[in-house]
Amino acid sequence: MTTDTSLPIPAFSFIKLDKSGKPGLVAQRCTACGAAYADSERVACGKCGARADKLETFTPSLEGTLHSAVIVKRGFPGVDVPFISAVVDLDGGPTVKGTLRNTGFEPENIAQGIRVKVCFDDALGRKDKQGNSFIAHYFEPISA
Amino acid sequence: MSQDIYIVGINMIDFGRYPYRTPAQLGAEAALAALDEADVTIKDMQAVFSGSNYTTMIGQKVLQQIGQTGVQIINLVNACSTGASAVRMACSAITAGEFDTVLCVGVEQMTGLGMLGGAVPGAIPTEGLLGSATMPAVFGESGMEYAARTGATQADFAQVSVKNHHNATMNPKAFLRKETPLEMVLESETIAYPLTKFMCSINVDGAAAAVVMSEEKVKQRGLMGQAIRIRASAMASAPWQERDPIMHDVNGPTQLAADKAYAMSGIDPKDLDLVELHDCFATVELQHYENLRLCGDGEGVKMIRDGSTEIGGKIPVNVSGGLLSKGHPIAATGIANMFEIAVQLRGQAGERQIPGAKIGMTHVVGLGTSAAVHIFEKA
Repeated sequence: MTTDTSLPIPAFSFIKLDKSGKPGLVAQRCTACGAAYADSERVACGKCGARADKLETFTPSLEGTLHSAVIVKRGFPGVDVPFISAVVDLDGGPTVKGTLRNTGFEPENIAQGIRVKVCFDDALGRKDKQGNSFIAHYFEPISA
Repeated sequence: MSQDIYIVGINMIDFGRYPYRTPAQLGAEAALAALDEADVTIKDMQAVFSGSNYTTMIGQKVLQQIGQTGVQIINLVNACSTGASAVRMACSAITAGEFDTVLCVGVEQMTGLGMLGGAVPGAIPTEGLLGSATMPAVFGESGMEYAARTGATQADFAQVSVKNHHNATMNPKAFLRKETPLEMVLESETIAYPLTKFMCSINVDGAAAAVVMSEEKVKQRGLMGQAIRIRASAMASAPWQERDPIMHDVNGPTQLAADKAYAMSGIDPKDLDLVELHDCFATVELQHYENLRLCGDGEGVKMIRDGSTEIGGKIPVNVSGGLLSKGHPIAATGIANMFEIAVQLRGQAGERQIPGAKIGMTHVVGLGTSAAVHIFEKA
């Protein structure tokens, strides 16, 4: 069902659009133990077991540090390669996985500790069966 | 353990590609070989613990081939720890006193899956958007985390493949039996840097089975001469860790299971004569040297550089050739690792025999996450 062609659908549950359609991240933090999750509908805290009423929604930073990454050269059929699969620790949490773009495909481009920012863009032109477009997050290096 | 438990028969089929055979046939072949070795029949089995990730009700399908005796069959799906989970369940059930003779079978048919398997269906494909969910990428990321912590290089990781492939040249049951010098490993197709093709285990078809007995039953049947005592049987799941499961943690569960196994057996890492660990990718073998306490934190790199884990080294690892060479039929792998230890402890490993091997460890870890560690000693 295409309800509003002007607003794409978030590709993942940790992406939210505000009323004007501007995308951002959403996450949950446990007020009992501090654990952060790239999620918006947790039932309880996986670290301490606190129930949902102890989980607060917050807006994570759009900057973070590359924790680990690989340069993918062989992918599923129909997926363009190469691309960089990256695990990023957002400043203040949580950890988010995604694709690192606008950088090279050499080992030095995926060194741990590289500072990155989160950008939002169309989900590589992929649409669902109803023809809806999706918006996804991408990591890009923050130029020194 | 409160009473000693033994493997009295164990076998694996030659891992490979069997597109014209059914998973039940593969499992039946392994099960019959294990039963024959134990000099028992399916009618002696009081229960079956079986597992497969791609075939449902595999235990029933195997017994439809070799004898439908009506016994309890429980099928397990526990990723790469499935086969070891079956043996773990056998130990629990025998310890509980419910049974004294149990069959364990792990089977996987993977021909046609390709190297990477398939994408999980969703509204839109996420591969390339949410990074990569392929196993080479997931384990590559874990390996890069290890490299950042320890200074391990791609060549260090590649050396694991050189070692394990060399070992497999002496194992007729391995799928890949050829030497792969360092340059060949490094120059093979990059799948997900730092992993090249020769640093990834191979998707093959396989089955492995074991007959597990209580001490009383082993003595009654006069099987102590071939029995392998299970000194420890321990499993763990992933403890909470800030990046898990965004980044699957294979280290924590392995450490927990290993520590439990050492405590259960009273065996010290330095007492081990050999280890068959879960080298699904070359990178993770170095991580598991540390996770299994074969060396101190950060010393895994030194272990591969100085040859400590080669045959003839201080603690030989993956003497069978490991998953990198045998191939990795998911649910069969756990029992296949135990088969190598049994063969070694019986002194039947031919040219890859570790002289005087008395105590051996097996380890598997399945993403999600489940780790199993067993320690064995010749009875």
